[in-house]
Parts: sequence; C-alpha cells; structure tokens
Amino acid sequence: MSETQAILHFTVNGENCSVQVSPMKRLLDVLREDLRLTGTKEGCGEGECGSCSVRMNGELVNSCLVPVLQAEGADIQTVEGLATSGVLHPLQQAFLKCGGAQCGICTPGMLMAATQLLSINPHPTMAEIREGLAGNLCRCTGFVRIFESVVAAAAHDQSSDQAAHAR
Amino acid sequence: MLCLNPYEFQGFPTMSTNAKSRIVGAPVPRKEGVDKLLGRARYVDDIDREGMWPGATVRSTIPRGFIRSIGFDQRIDWSEFTIVTAADIPGKNHVQLIFSDQPCLADGIVSHCDEAIVLLAHPDKHKLREAVAAVRIEYEPLPPVFTIEESERQDVIVWGSDNVIKSFLLEKGDVDSAWADAVHIVEGEYRTGAQEHLYIENNGVIAEWSEANGITVWGSLQCPYYVHRSLLAVFNLPEDKVRVIQTETGGAFGGKEDYPSTLAAHAALLALKSRHPIKMVYDRMEDLAATTKRHPSRIRHRTAVDKDGKLVAMDIEIATDAGAYSTLSSTVLSRATLHSSGPYVCPNVRVRARAWATNTVPYGAFRGFGAPQAIFAIERHMDEIASVIGIDPIELRHRNFLHDGDTTATEQVMRDPVILDQLLDRALRESDYYAKRARFAADNPTSAVKRGMGIAAFYHGSGFTGSGERYLNSLAGVDVTPEGKLRVLVANTEFGQGTNTILTQIAAESVGIDYDNVIMAPADTGIVPNSGPTVASRTSMVVGRIIERACLQLVGMLREHAGLGEQFTSEEFFAASERYRAAHGQVVSLCHYEAPPDIFWDDQKYRGEAYPAFAWSIQVAQVAVDTVTYSAEVEDFWAVQEVGRVLNPVLAGGQIEGGVAQGIGYALYEKVVWQNGHMANNQMTNYIMPTAEDVPPIHVFFEEIPFRYGAFGAKGIGELPHDGPAPAILNAIKDATGVGFHSIPLLPEDLFVQLAAREAVEEPAAL
Repeated sequence: MSETQAILHFTVNGENCSVQVSPMKRLLDVLREDLRLTGTKEGCGEGECGSCSVRMNGELVNSCLVPVLQAEGADIQTVEGLATSGVLHPLQQAFLKCGGAQCGICTPGMLMAATQLLSINPHPTMAEIREGLAGNLCRCTGFVRIFESVVAAAAHDQSSDQAAHAR
Repeated sequence: MLCLNPYEFQGFPTMSTNAKSRIVGAPVPRKEGVDKLLGRARYVDDIDREGMWPGATVRSTIPRGFIRSIGFDQRIDWSEFTIVTAADIPGKNHVQLIFSDQPCLADGIVSHCDEAIVLLAHPDKHKLREAVAAVRIEYEPLPPVFTIEESERQDVIVWGSDNVIKSFLLEKGDVDSAWADAVHIVEGEYRTGAQEHLYIENNGVIAEWSEANGITVWGSLQCPYYVHRSLLAVFNLPEDKVRVIQTETGGAFGGKEDYPSTLAAHAALLALKSRHPIKMVYDRMEDLAATTKRHPSRIRHRTAVDKDGKLVAMDIEIATDAGAYSTLSSTVLSRATLHSSGPYVCPNVRVRARAWATNTVPYGAFRGFGAPQAIFAIERHMDEIASVIGIDPIELRHRNFLHDGDTTATEQVMRDPVILDQLLDRALRESDYYAKRARFAADNPTSAVKRGMGIAAFYHGSGFTGSGERYLNSLAGVDVTPEGKLRVLVANTEFGQGTNTILTQIAAESVGIDYDNVIMAPADTGIVPNSGPTVASRTSMVVGRIIERACLQLVGMLREHAGLGEQFTSEEFFAASERYRAAHGQVVSLCHYEAPPDIFWDDQKYRGEAYPAFAWSIQVAQVAVDTVTYSAEVEDFWAVQEVGRVLNPVLAGGQIEGGVAQGIGYALYEKVVWQNGHMANNQMTNYIMPTAEDVPPIHVFFEEIPFRYGAFGAKGIGELPHDGPAPAILNAIKDATGVGFHSIPLLPEDLFVQLAAREAVEEPAAL
C-alpha cells in the first residue's frame, strides 16, 4: 500500500524542521517517530487525557488529534523546548520543588498546559488554574501539588517582575 | 530559583509534619524528577531497538466457549508475518503467579472476552492492524457466568468443581450465641463495582531473543522478578537466560503487578519466533478491555449491639467477583477479610469470604487490594448502625475503637500505640465538623443543594499479610560504584510513588553521606537481588529497613577493614570504600529480611499477627448533592493519618492526595459498563475519572509515631488513602439527604432513582 507523502515545514522549539510523511500522520507520531522528540506522550489517542499536549502557534493542542498537514508553517513548542541553556523553566522548577510530578507520564502535557495558561494569564486564580488544566488528566497526584506548582511559578514570575522594576 | 511558599496562596491547605533529621524527613526533590520534567525520562514506548517490529494480539470475541478453528483471510500475505499460537510455547502454557490456571495463550477454550489467542508481528504497524482483523476464529459457545449471584448458583461451573477460587473462615469468640441477648441487630448489604487503574501510560513491553543471552525484556512493570519467574516457566529456560528490566513506568497502582507477566511472555514468544526485537504497547482501548481491574464485591453485615452502643457480634459475609482466572484473587480476598471488621473491638466475629469465578477479564491487584471494598462496607454499616440505635456516628466509633492492648478479629494484640480517638478529634477540629453539620442541617430544608458531612475510620495493614514477608525472604543492599556513588540494590520499582527518592534518602541518612552521593541501581534482574515485589505498601517500611541495616553493615565493614573513622565526611567514606575495593575486589553489603520478633500467624486458623504494623486514618468528606441535577460533588476533604515516621513530607502528602482522588473517583465517577462480558466503555471518553475541576481541596495531616521495625520508623502509606473516601462520601450523602446508599459507584442516575422515589412518597401530587 503506497501512501501519498508530503514535504512539510514547521519550527519545533525554535528550530526549522522539514519532514516527508503522510499528511494525515498525527503530529504526535511525527514528533515522536520522525523527529525523535519522545517527551510528548500518548495516553489515550482520542484527545481526552492531554498527555500529548503541545503548543502550536500559541494555542494548546492535543497532538494526537492534529494531522501534521495542519502544522505546515506552524511554530510548535514541546516539553523539550521549555528549559533554556541547561536551566529549568520556572514551571519545571516549581513542579520539582512542590511535588507536581509523580510518575511523570502526564507531566510533559501538564507543563505545556500550564505554560499556555500562564502565557495568557500570568496570575491565575485557583478556579482559573483548575479550568486551564481540566483537559490534562493526572492519575497520581490528585492535582493538588500541580496547582501548587503553577501558583509557585506564577509567584516567581511576579517576583521577577518586581526585581526588574527595582532595577 | 526560589520556589515561594505556595501555601500562602488562598485556598491551600497546609500540611503539618514534625520531621527533624537531616535527609530522612526532609522534602528532598524526587530523585528522577529532573528527567521527568525535561521529557527525557525513557518510558518503554520511547525506546527503539535495531530491527524492532511491533506485535499485536488477536483476542476472543465471546466470553466462554471452545475454539473450533483459527482461519487466516486469504487476502493477506501471511508469509510476511510472524504468527504465534499456544502450539509455539516451548515450556508451560501458563502465567505463573499464585496458582497456574491462567494460560498464556488460550488453547482450545476461552474463558473471557478479550482473552489472547493469536499473536502477530510485522514491521509495518498499519498492516499489522489489518491483519489482526483478518484472523477468523470460530467458536462453539458455552454458557457464561457474569455475576457473583450466577456463580454462586453453581448451575454452570466455570472454574474448578464449584466456581470457588478461594474461601476463608475467620472466627473469634462465639457469634451464634450473641444474638439472643443483643439489644439491637442491624443488617446491611453493600456493593462495590469494578474500577480501572487508568494509569496514564498503558501496559507495554519490548522483548528480545538471542542464543547467547536468551530473553531480555524491558517493560512498564512493578515486579521484575514476578515477570522473570513467569518467563522461566513459559520458555523452560534456566534463570540466567531470562533478564527483566523495568523502564520508567507511568503509573501502576497494582495494575502492573501481574499483567506484565502475560504481556512479556507474548512479546518474547514473538521475538523468539521472528528473531526480531518485539514491541507491544497497548493502546487505551486494548488496555482497558484486556487488563485487570479492581474486584467487584458484595459484603453483608449482621451486627449485634448492646444497650451502650458497644459491638457484641459481627457476622460478615464477603463475596468477590474474581473473573475468569485466579490471578491474585486469593490474597485480595485475604486482605478484604482482615479489614472487614474495621478498627473496632468486638468479642465475637465471624467472617466467611469467598472469591467467585465469572467469565470476565480476571480481576487483579489495585491499590488497597480488597481493603477498599471491605472498608466501604463496614464504614457505611457503622453509620447505618448509628442511625438505627439513635446515636451520633462519631460517638458510636469512639465507643468501639481499638486501643493499645485490645485484640483484633484475628486476636492480634495491639502492642503499638493506637491513637484513633486523637486522630478523630483532630479530623473533627480541622474540618469544623460539628459546626458545619449544624449549619447544613439548618440550611438544607430550604435549599435545592443539600450539604452533608461524613467520616470514615480505618486501618490499613502494612506489608504482606501474615507469614508473607517470611516466605518472601527478601534480599537487598547497597554497593559502592567505581565512580564513587553509593548505589541502592533493590528490585523495587519507581512508578511515581517515590521508591527512588525514599530508598536513597534512607541510604544517605543511614551511612551519613550527602543525598546527591546516592543513586539507584536499575531495576534489572541481571543486576539487583530479589527484594520482593513493589506492592502492599511494603517498600519504605520493609525494604527500606533492609537497606538501613545493609548500610550500617557496610559502615561497620569499612571501619573494621578499611580504616573508616567514627566520624567521617562523604569524601572519607568513599576513600575508605576504595581501600576496601583494592583489598576485596568489590564493596557490597546485602541483608535478608528479618521478621520482627513478635509476629506469629496461623494460616489454617487465620489467627495471630495479620500485619507487622497498621497505618491508621480518619477521613472527612463535605459533599453537596444537587437535587435538581442529582449530581453529588465533594466540596472539601480532610485526611488525618498516623503512618509512622513521615520520610518525605512532599511525597507522603502526594500519596495521600492522589489516593483520595482515586477514592473519590471510585465513589462517584468510575463505572465499568459490561456488555456480554466485554467492557463496553473502554475509552477515556466514557470511563470517567476526576479531573482538575472535580477534585476538592484535600487537607492532609500527619501524626507521627515511629514504628520500631520500619525504616526510620516508617509504616506503609501508599494504599491507605484509597480506603476511606467512598464510605466517607456516601456517609456525607446520607447526612445531606437522609438516604443511605449501599453501593458504588454512585452516579447521578443512581441518586435520582432513590431520591426521586422518596420525593414521590413525601410529596404526593396535589389533587
């Protein structure tokens, strides 16, 4: 069986990528199989669990539901793009300190959802955090420490803002 | 970066602990945390092997029957495929566990839907999927049995000679003579449904075969040596020709205790025949349809109470649905039996327990392991007793709690402090229980949303039941690597609950070196000794204690043979280790399990020390029932527990919160829908677990009483929190609505049936 192949271009974590794949291949599989970025996980394959969450053009998407064709020209961010120059992102630091990750399988998607939330709402209320993470299932933590991690990261952002103003 | 105190944020509960020492008791970060946060932790599906093929499974579509033929559709070129059936099994066709009744691949007969019959492998996963659908199996159906009641009737025998997989009889005192003098006799029947583990990473393994090394398996699993032992039998190989390596594991909760033995055998059979590495990673639908779940149960209580509200006799009948094969059902039933009379004193107790075979997927281990079912029944029943005899449910519990020196149903004497009254008082205080109950009672009559408060009081036995730890005789220890790290040697696995962190904390503190200087050996049967399975809340308490002893033994060795001083730095410790290595070749210290001296258990009479230690808990649920939509919501939750010494407050808090959330799901959301023996809702779309918007604030409080024989005073913690939410929530619903519900899961449609019926009686239509 021969499948139509397409050459598609997009950026992942700021780097230009081009892949020759079936245009209907799931973005999740392109990331994991063609680009070997295995940080993004599959939990259900039907957009329920959010383990495969990535950011695409500033939106949070379930990469298991995105045919790669739709990613043509897009800017994509995965968990591998969070830390910079060997320094953990404030959200990653907060998850580490507060116990936001247990088994770790939902963590990459959860971090992307939290990144998305804080990018549009840097100081969310508890209700906004719950809503912002409602599409990402975690079976280990009961979510409590994930909420605490997001609060801690937001507080860090605030203290960075204040430090910047002080200068 | 400094992580600011998240507890200052409004709405966050604070967590109290009285940890004192340097590493043990401190909130040190998760050992493998950075890898998980960077997305570089390697789970089984992230691993690629040269020449690897995917494997797939052809499963039964009927619940019970003879296999008459296996046909292969001519449109497929089967020469490209590796095909495995039961005939290809070189050794024994069974999954080795407690008994060996479960075949690795069905041979001539199937006993449940989704039972594995044929295995296929092909380099192209799309062609593989088409091929699975092109295998045609013809059956001669046999009558199936689907429920406990059908199995009990024994009209159709589907297992052994009587459908009974296991039975227990526990007797204390003389129950039969107690009824005549009882002031009150209260009866009740309680039911619990199946529950899915719903680990976010499905079951998966990779298997490889070579003449030189035999079978190597990498997988998402809890118990490498269980898989090892099972593969030895299936392949008829010597011990050194099977190697099992745990990969990073994305949740387990008991669901990766026994199933990986089956899946590893499947992948290894395909690897042996194809001579390619084989990856088998289930998708969600296959995982939900084919793997184990929590045992459904029906538990009946008949209780005699005297005029002072003291329990005089408890007659308890437990029936569990075990599914098609025995798996771990006998030990699950044992734990249900030993938790069925609750944390109460009663002179006369009889428990008759049976696990019944049915034609569904076998039920298996799941956090709590029979205790959540038993505790649901007794803790709902206590509230029903309180209602019948007209006293407060809190007061009824206070009057009957176990105290130091009392004996349990197995006549185990409580030698260690039991502080149930103190835990209950604290839970009532922290939750503002009485004030809230009064306020809700005043508000409810005029509100469409009825609120209530409910509690559950319970223990969870830590470690293996009875003589279990003696039989296991676990071996564990530490060595010093040439790179200068102290390395923990255990087969106990990390799957989110904190094994890596806790055991390295224990080793660092025991030796007296920095946490960063301690690492975990990979959970690889080629490297680590058999320190027993990672189950039964045993790892911190039992294995941790062996590690503590092995570390002290190592320090003694280095003092005696390598000039290590009384006081030393990390550098001096490793320098002494190198001197020891130069003289003796390797630096390793291993110890066997040592049973506490006062543990005696009679397996025949079911009497004696059922567990070396008990963890104790009181949970309080605040629930709102909307009488327009009939939905019940947990608005707030308190968990107060005594689990011995808390070794890491962040991880311990996370265990409690996660267990409570699963327990909330068990009570109000999670329902397995069966259709002719097949799980009909085997998707995350319609098997519903609590989300970030459903879980209430969970307030966690620890009281710490160090346990003499646990590592640094630890007792078990992992399973305890799942035991209480269901009865606490249903007790709160009774407080809110006046209706006592007797079965879970309790979905809006179930609430509707009883609440609407009552309203119809109370409010007859106006003429």
